[in-house]
Amino acid sequence: MFLINCPYCGERDQQEFKAGGEAHIERPKQPTELSDDEWAEYLFMRKNIKGVQFERWNHAHGCRKWFNMVRDTSNDEIKAIYKMGEKPPSQ
Amino acid sequence: MTKNLRVKTSEYIDETNRISFKFNGKTYHGYKGDTLASALLANDVHLVGRSFKYHRPRGIMTSGSEEPNAIVQINPGTNRTEPNVRATEVEIYEGLEASSQNCWPSVEFDIGGINNFLSPFFPAGFYYKTFMWPASFWEKYEFFIRHSAGLGKSPTSSDPDVYDHRNVHCDVLVVGAGIAGILAAKNAAKNNFKTLLVDEKNELGGSTIYENNEFNKIDNKKPSEWLKKEIEDLKDIENLEIKTRTSVAAYHQYNYLLARENLTDHLETKDKTNKIRQRLLKIRAKKVILATGALERPLIFNNNDRPGIILSSAVKKYSEFYGVACGSKNVFFTNNDSAYESALSLYNKGINVEAIIDIREQSESKIVKKVEEVGIKIYWSYSIVDTAGYKRLNSVSIMKLSNDGTSVTGSKISISCDCLGVAGGWTPAVHLYTQSGSKLVFDEEKNVFLPNQNTSNQISVGSCGGDFKIDEIIKNLNQKLKDNLNIKETDFDNIKVEIDQENSKRNIWLLPSNKPLGKTKPFVDYQNDATAKDIKLALREGFRSIEHVKRYTTTGMGTDQGKLGNMHALGIIADTAGVKMGELGTTTFRPPYTPLTFGTIVGRNVGKFFDIFRRTPMNDWHVENKAKFENVGQWKRAWYYPINGETMHQAVQRESKAARESAGILDASTLGKIDIQGSDASEFLNRIYTNAWSKLAIGKCRYGLMLNEDGMVYDDGVTTRLGENHYIMSTTTGGAANVLGKLEDYLQTEWPELDVYLTSVTDHYATASLCGPNSKNILKKIIPDLDLSDENFPHMSFKEANIGNIKCRIMRISFTGEHSYEINVQASYGKDLWEKCIEAGKEFNITPYGTETMHLLRAEKGFIIVGQDTDGTMTPIDLQMDWIVSKKKYDFIGKRSLYRSDTMKEDRKQLVGLLTDDPEIVLEEGAQIVSKLNQSPVEMLGHVTSSYFSPNLNKSIALAVVRGGKDMMGKKLFIPMEDKNINVTVANPVFYDEKNERLNA
Repeated sequence: MFLINCPYCGERDQQEFKAGGEAHIERPKQPTELSDDEWAEYLFMRKNIKGVQFERWNHAHGCRKWFNMVRDTSNDEIKAIYKMGEKPPSQ
Repeated sequence: MTKNLRVKTSEYIDETNRISFKFNGKTYHGYKGDTLASALLANDVHLVGRSFKYHRPRGIMTSGSEEPNAIVQINPGTNRTEPNVRATEVEIYEGLEASSQNCWPSVEFDIGGINNFLSPFFPAGFYYKTFMWPASFWEKYEFFIRHSAGLGKSPTSSDPDVYDHRNVHCDVLVVGAGIAGILAAKNAAKNNFKTLLVDEKNELGGSTIYENNEFNKIDNKKPSEWLKKEIEDLKDIENLEIKTRTSVAAYHQYNYLLARENLTDHLETKDKTNKIRQRLLKIRAKKVILATGALERPLIFNNNDRPGIILSSAVKKYSEFYGVACGSKNVFFTNNDSAYESALSLYNKGINVEAIIDIREQSESKIVKKVEEVGIKIYWSYSIVDTAGYKRLNSVSIMKLSNDGTSVTGSKISISCDCLGVAGGWTPAVHLYTQSGSKLVFDEEKNVFLPNQNTSNQISVGSCGGDFKIDEIIKNLNQKLKDNLNIKETDFDNIKVEIDQENSKRNIWLLPSNKPLGKTKPFVDYQNDATAKDIKLALREGFRSIEHVKRYTTTGMGTDQGKLGNMHALGIIADTAGVKMGELGTTTFRPPYTPLTFGTIVGRNVGKFFDIFRRTPMNDWHVENKAKFENVGQWKRAWYYPINGETMHQAVQRESKAARESAGILDASTLGKIDIQGSDASEFLNRIYTNAWSKLAIGKCRYGLMLNEDGMVYDDGVTTRLGENHYIMSTTTGGAANVLGKLEDYLQTEWPELDVYLTSVTDHYATASLCGPNSKNILKKIIPDLDLSDENFPHMSFKEANIGNIKCRIMRISFTGEHSYEINVQASYGKDLWEKCIEAGKEFNITPYGTETMHLLRAEKGFIIVGQDTDGTMTPIDLQMDWIVSKKKYDFIGKRSLYRSDTMKEDRKQLVGLLTDDPEIVLEEGAQIVSKLNQSPVEMLGHVTSSYFSPNLNKSIALAVVRGGKDMMGKKLFIPMEDKNINVTVANPVFYDEKNERLNA
């Protein structure tokens, strides 16, 4: 059970949060211009890394804000947390 | 006649407080402070159970939570009965009853004991190998297997006890109150850390509290005396909370631990009531200090499981702590010095010790010399090759060990005895450490797996960290505490420790016998009856992974999780396969460390608190009017309102006719309601719905369909424009929370530039949906001054009005195809509104209807229910709802996916209507649809999604999804059922009032 430092509320138990998959996948601005393959890349393709992964999380049972997390999936160490729109920390 | 084996008085046993209890129906006596195990041993009862597979007689093996054999049923036949309880953990109280498990008719004479003699026919994997053929027989086999197996019986009535959960936050959690845990907790608390110390036992002090070896001294005192003073000092320390009878069950990431605090199990039954029995502590600790100690290992030799064979450390604890001798003719079998302490403990109390059998060549330590001096016979470099005595050990046979330890030589010596103390060395209790996700490393010299690292948040101290001797424990603890807690000095910096050095060790995982392995029974896992032979068989049959061997042989899979035998299993595998222990690794230690009751896990969430539910403001009216309810998400919704003993079918038919013929009323309060405000609200709706919203006039309503980005229908509902920048959206009942979450996601992450604010107002409004040709007349009676003409208040529009002083929002929208109004009021007025409608509707025979009738009425109109007629694979095109997908909008969620090659395929499953050739037959929802009969295999074209008997059409109707169904209008299809084939015809899904004339009726 993680202890997650919500950038708006501070440290809270994992059960207040919802994981939202891989971070930094921007919705294409002009989807109609994309080929089926390009759209499929956006729609379906996600990384599943053993190691450092960038993720979206939502403080669903708290402030309801989305934010980003850098997590090492091999040992669940949370390396960084930053707000939506902020640049990811360099590794 | 029972013997009394109570020896010299122990300070932990209150001999003035005599307690009677029953075991297997017979009354025995013990004293306050006894466990069930110590009290039985004092009465010379060793035989307490039968083993799981061979039904071999088994006795008490240990003195703690690692006990594999002495598992009993507590208070059988009562509503507080509990199976699989370790007799070594049960504190006796007046009136306690316990019985043996896994035996019939009794532990003394057990029919299943025949399995022992048939054991050559029960090799590892017996069940997997034997009950495979013929496959169809499995059900018959299963019946017998389930009846012959079983460890104890579950209670059959409700648990009378109360359980509780508590969140605990602390700076330092210390697990285990042995010498290391006590010193750690004391020094943490003294340095201003808020500290919690927990121990599974009822007394603090671990094994040091009865450590009376005369050659070990702390500050010139016996370790037990020194530690008692330390424990005494704990009382005066602030910041320190101590919880005994508290067992840590699980250690999760980020120092989140679950512990069970046992509050009433040791009390007499009359004192248990109205108290919390067990409390689950959910602990989040900044730092965790594991001081969980070590478990003594047995030795693996032929017939090492007989009643009377006990761990040497347990013999010592029973003698020193409980004042009980485990036998009157004692023998010890050891590979280290610790058995000599146990032997001396008995000797000093005047109990006969016949011999010590030591697999080592010699030992020079003081305690060994002392044992030699007092005249106890020591057999150096000998091993036990067999034991005798069916229900109680009566002798052991020993032979000289070869130099390499793989065979025995010379002649056999038999030694008569009734108790054998076994000492095979120590295994650090690293279970919690590994649960936390940390890795172990194998120490070749000590032959143990040890914690690999101490992090800033967690350290392992004492013997669970690999320090077995008091001097090592204290020295290393001191340094670890200073480093980890960042403190300069401890209160035991300068204490003086003298110990008796051990300098000789010999470890043999599987001891040889004069018989071949196939003819012996060296048990590795006592509870599951797995022997060394089984493990070797698994290796011969090709199993290599330790996890596979575990599952095939069931080694370590009992309720004790193989706390005693796991290391030997690993050792035997490593020796046999010729690999190093460190490379082999260990099996995963899973929580809980000791079993938990279901009560502890669920806490207060039982009965009506098991799952939360939501009720509408009109709920009381539904209850008073005998509604049947159904669960929709968390909501309790009125399902139908039977009168005069109607069946559900009869009630629904009546309600459905009434709603179309005159007037019906539905509680629609559960629909999700999201208030949307902001200057970009219209643009936002344009992006999330498939249709266009910019031109919706203020005061108008529009139906919207929401897709996922993959183009599949996600939710639907009517949204109303209340003002220039203000909308109210309705969602499906079950989808409300997810829709809000999804919309928030897009707003926060993709379109933060939009000025839009979302608020859930589902609970703020109560909604009555008034429908039918007389709905207008009823509303007129309630709100006389509102102009209800089609010009002023047309279909798909909205008005604000007052019912008396109550403000309400009225939408003229319809889910039934009838003229209808959805009236929303502040939730607290919901029941009042409902009753007003009922009262006003009396003259029109207003009929309350539930969700079932609502479903029927909308099906007559071919309106979909998201989640019933759709399943996450349906696009709006599949639903034949092309009309709602804007061709003009540049983009909306899911738009691009509607043009993927897959979503554009002609032969996707599409929503159609189905009519049965026989109008009386109502199809089963979920029934499969085919186009050919008498062919196998046959392609499944689709399935029925909604099906009803329509009273308004007087025939059966159904909605279905059918591959390529759009182009099948009028085509005959078949629905094969178990007993018949049903002929159906594909039809338009709008069965009733295709031209929507009734909306304005």
